[in-house]
Amino acid sequence: MMDTVILPLTGGVLIGLASAMVMIWNGRIAGISGIVEGVISPRFADDKPVDFMWKTWFLVGLIVMGGILLIVRPESFPTTMPRSTVAIAIAGLLVGFGTRLGSGCTSGHGVCGMSRFSTRSIVATLTFMATGGITVAVIRHLLGGSV
Amino acid sequence: MSTRINNKESTNKQAQYAVSFVAGLIFSLGLGISGMTLPEKVIGFLDVTGDWDGSLAFVMGGAVVVYAIAYRMVIKMERPRYAVKFHIPRRKDIDARLLVGAGLFGVGWGLGGFCPGPALVSLSAGFAGVWDIVIFVAFMMIGMWLFRIVDGILSKTP
Repeated sequence: MMDTVILPLTGGVLIGLASAMVMIWNGRIAGISGIVEGVISPRFADDKPVDFMWKTWFLVGLIVMGGILLIVRPESFPTTMPRSTVAIAIAGLLVGFGTRLGSGCTSGHGVCGMSRFSTRSIVATLTFMATGGITVAVIRHLLGGSV
Repeated sequence: MSTRINNKESTNKQAQYAVSFVAGLIFSLGLGISGMTLPEKVIGFLDVTGDWDGSLAFVMGGAVVVYAIAYRMVIKMERPRYAVKFHIPRRKDIDARLLVGAGLFGVGWGLGGFCPGPALVSLSAGFAGVWDIVIFVAFMMIGMWLFRIVDGILSKTP
């Protein structure tokens, strides 16, 4: 009950609250992939990076709490990854490229967009859930479970 | 006069950065306790044809309900507390970029078990020894840079 309902639900509520803070106080969508792109490859207007500082501060918060969690709740993190290093690298590449081509990931489309009943976000979320499910099914049934 | 406006603007900026930082902390805590930072669990959630683990549906469910309520408030507000206006995407068209991009992202998500947020939250564990996490984040960034290059080429060709 704790691990299957209460913690996921509490975590979800915290994610929703954090995203709501960013919208209500800063007027921005808390989309992680867009935030990362804005920090590692900022766009410029009048020789100044656009939205660089708030995005950086958000990322710092994300990473700092990751460090705190590693100390106080290490079971939050994996001790090994379920795939080979090559598969992990390809996965990272696809996630980075795909989220920017599709203008969002689980947070921007899945949480912020779906809550606003945005057609684009609903279509995007259904699409990445579907291709995610197909990928896992292909690995399990056609590739024997390990890649 | 202009000095006063500048000061006010910079106060707002400081407040914006503080909000961003605190929101990043809370967002990260939410991801960490929810199970989203465990790729094995995420793969179990996507494994609808095998041993499906539906618990992560509560993560998106909880987040969507809270944000939907907050968004009702946003609609009634004139402007955000610390910024000039709300930046809300207004596009409605379903184009190939959206479909192909979301499709590729899903393949990567199912393959690695990480989406961008949980991967960044897990960076600490990566540097503590699970180096594949660092590799995932590094290649995710390379993927984003690659997109910018491709995007630059695509937008130049008529």
